[in-house]
Amino acid sequence: MIAELGLAALWLAAALAALQLVAGILAQRDSGASLAMLARPAAIMQGLLAAFAFLMLLVVFAQTDLSVKLVAMNSHSEKPLIFKLAGAFGNHEGSMLLWITIMALSGALIAALERRLPEKTMLATMAAQAFVGLGFYAFLLFSSNPFERLPQPAPEGMGLNPLLQDIGLVFHPPTLYVGYVGLSVAFSFAVGALLTRQVTPDFARAMRPWVLGAWIFLTLGITAGSYWAYYELGWGGWWFWDPVENASLMPWLAATALLHSASVLAARDALRAWTIMLGVIAFSMSMVGTFLVRSGILTSVHAFAVDPERGTFILVLLTIYIGGALLLFGLRAGTVSEGERFSVASREAALVFNNVMLSAILGVVLLGTLYPLVTEAFNVRVSVGPPYFNPVGALFVFPMILVMMVGPLLRWRRDTISRLAKPLALVAAAMAVGLLLIAVLSPVGILPLLGLVLSLGLAIASLMPLRGRKLRLLPIATWGMIMAHFGIAVALFGMASESAFSQEKLAAVKVGESASVGPWTVVLADVVPTAGPNWTALEGRLLVSYKGGTAKEIDPQSRNFWAPPQETTESALVTRWNGQLYAVVGREAGPGRWQLRLWWKPFVPFIWYGGVLVALGGVLALIGRVAADLKRRNVKSRSALRRTEKAA
Amino acid sequence: MMAILRMLGILAALSILFVLPSRAQDSLPPAPFAYTQLSDPEQEAKAQALMETLRCLKCQSQSIADSDAPMAGDMRHQVRTRIAAGEDPEAIRAWLVDRYGDYVSYAPVVSETTWPLFVIPLLIVLLAGIVLWRRMRARG
Amino acid sequence: MKRWTLWVPLALFALFCAFAGWQLSRPKDEFVESTMIGKALPEFDLRAATADRPALATRDFLDGKPRLLNVFASWCVPCAAEAPQLEALRRRGVDIVAVAIRDRPDDVAAFLARYGNPYSRIGADDLSEVQLEIGSSGVPETFVIDGKGIIRYQHIGDIRPGDVSMLLTKLEDVR
Repeated sequence: MIAELGLAALWLAAALAALQLVAGILAQRDSGASLAMLARPAAIMQGLLAAFAFLMLLVVFAQTDLSVKLVAMNSHSEKPLIFKLAGAFGNHEGSMLLWITIMALSGALIAALERRLPEKTMLATMAAQAFVGLGFYAFLLFSSNPFERLPQPAPEGMGLNPLLQDIGLVFHPPTLYVGYVGLSVAFSFAVGALLTRQVTPDFARAMRPWVLGAWIFLTLGITAGSYWAYYELGWGGWWFWDPVENASLMPWLAATALLHSASVLAARDALRAWTIMLGVIAFSMSMVGTFLVRSGILTSVHAFAVDPERGTFILVLLTIYIGGALLLFGLRAGTVSEGERFSVASREAALVFNNVMLSAILGVVLLGTLYPLVTEAFNVRVSVGPPYFNPVGALFVFPMILVMMVGPLLRWRRDTISRLAKPLALVAAAMAVGLLLIAVLSPVGILPLLGLVLSLGLAIASLMPLRGRKLRLLPIATWGMIMAHFGIAVALFGMASESAFSQEKLAAVKVGESASVGPWTVVLADVVPTAGPNWTALEGRLLVSYKGGTAKEIDPQSRNFWAPPQETTESALVTRWNGQLYAVVGREAGPGRWQLRLWWKPFVPFIWYGGVLVALGGVLALIGRVAADLKRRNVKSRSALRRTEKAA
Repeated sequence: MMAILRMLGILAALSILFVLPSRAQDSLPPAPFAYTQLSDPEQEAKAQALMETLRCLKCQSQSIADSDAPMAGDMRHQVRTRIAAGEDPEAIRAWLVDRYGDYVSYAPVVSETTWPLFVIPLLIVLLAGIVLWRRMRARG
Repeated sequence: MKRWTLWVPLALFALFCAFAGWQLSRPKDEFVESTMIGKALPEFDLRAATADRPALATRDFLDGKPRLLNVFASWCVPCAAEAPQLEALRRRGVDIVAVAIRDRPDDVAAFLARYGNPYSRIGADDLSEVQLEIGSSGVPETFVIDGKGIIRYQHIGDIRPGDVSMLLTKLEDVR
């Protein structure tokens, strides 16, 4: 019954999306059309219904209703409740329902909140959102129905991959999906603006908070995913340039570029066509990523249950939406002039440079991801991995970071570098000292070296906008920018340090023996069997001490799950301010000897601290923008009120 | 049943249902140098650098340096024993490429099948330069 | 901005769609093929993997007779699935020798007792050395070796009933 309720809600939501689309189109002909009044309520209702359907899916998973195919295929009665719930979106159908739910809810939010744009543009935007939604409803209802029943209830579920039975599954996918799908709003805004020829600073201001919101979640989702992979996979790697990771990075790159070009458009009425283009590209990258992962045409460890029919379906959707938007762009963007002019030394120019670099990185990631696919067509198999992505990416990242140091200090429109001589000299001096220190103390590879030095420079430079300002008067959004840029410096420092200074120790030790890695001494005190709700494990009791200090116990495990049967390693970490000790207990390596894998990774948590800082910077910027908007709206309505009073 | 985990490799950006080939696990202990470092730190560093650029054939998108697959362990054993015997890392890579083709190596090499990987980023640099230059000049 | 540049994104995207569509329409395999086809078997001399079959070394391939080299393991599920096909090949007079990957003698004996023993020789490859030498990336795999010890063909995955006559033809071709 519950599954049927969910399915019915989905059909209703799809019908409302159709209504919203028709209303939006009719309103373009005749803005007074009575149907146009229905668009906003339809969008809100649609969001509520989709959320209801998702709730029903959570309920069938919570109950482990084994007559529902999806539950039988992906869940198990003995799983802890939290993983039963999270398991609802740990599979293709459930995650597509999550996708559509977020899309419908963001559609509902713009319908409820956005009042700045001309009504015609708003209706076109909502129509675009509904049009995209319809395709995904069709996909869900016709080829990936999550509520499908089995003719006979299954005796027991097949279980969820043990690697996924982790708190990471609760946070990472929903966060990332809010990011991916939130970008659909930017897409719809771009299409709406093109259709009604309203590419104005107001359009950028209207779009910006939504992009910012999606971008915050995307940043958090990628950061969380990276940390999850780091501690779950047991080898200390935090980024693998796997196609699926790249699929999450590409929308982030596009959204980052979009945020910056939107500020140029909002502040200076320039970069109109470019901003529109990025709005289209950002969500396109979300969809392309989804396609690559789920169609099975790329080999990835994240392989979903691969189904060519699904692949074809998504490809058709891609062709319609992205192709349609790009066609519209080709037809209309020519009529959009590029807007105001600016000089080489100006805030705009720095932002343009940043945009070009971000797009170039996006291009490289896309190229590296797709390239093995291209050569496969000629029956040649090649591998493109970290040794390619790291240096080629750095080729664009490093110049971008240099410009990031200067950009926020520049004035809009026209400025001179000589005005900034003092702060820039300070930054340059700091970098030179850092370079010398590292070169003298411990020689490291060229990429980590540049990374360390640039992160130092950026950390200092990103604080420079505070110089000589009254801190209390500084807009919240500016604080946000400073924090986000500082976060990039922090993350870059963590990455470079991990790559330059990590130390590894593999050892086969008996109980009572010790091994050391970097400043750490690790004693294997005991190995004991232990058990969880759906697994048994061997747990290593490790006594670890830093530079001979007091010992601390950590307990890495080697777990055996039984549904499905699989072994996972649960690493144990000790975090200090200056790095992390990473310990894994492996298999028995001969009689009475246990395999220990130990890493000392100086400053590695800075990677994720940086990611969180970047996201927090986004939150501050969002608060700042929304607060400024509300203020403006109040002033406007007050002056309108005054005017009506005067007239009276 | 560790094999399943090993075949999976990474899990990072998205949460997903994994397709698990049904394959059991051998019961032999790992090869001597699968999980044991060489005593000479310089040689070990060489071996580590090489292993990070060799692809694990049983897992996807992972190097043999971070995989628990038995075959990756056996490949690490090969790499470490050959390095210890004084073999040049690039000779070991060539030995593997002779057997598995370029697929086994992540090291970027410009060849007739991979040149676009290097030419296209250069074109992007060029394009970016032209775009920036024209914009700045027009607006200057 | 020139007008034509506005169409570049659409053109690139169309290219991508055409390519993706074409990729979707063709069957994909994830096999890593050996590049040792046409080359001689490397030098190896393995100990016997089980008590009732002799060991395996490169010299055993140099008697002028083509044969199959089966790479298998007792712990591998598809290896059991291909046992009837190997048996059928043996009954057709094919000489099949094997390399057992990372296996214990007891496990090999139990596996052969259960699924049949079509092999004339079985070598034990505890460190996957021979496997790496011949460019094999998994179990099971079956190589056609000619009478001079040259690798002529590689079959990846289990041998299906339909593959038996194909392998017979391959053996005939290198005679």
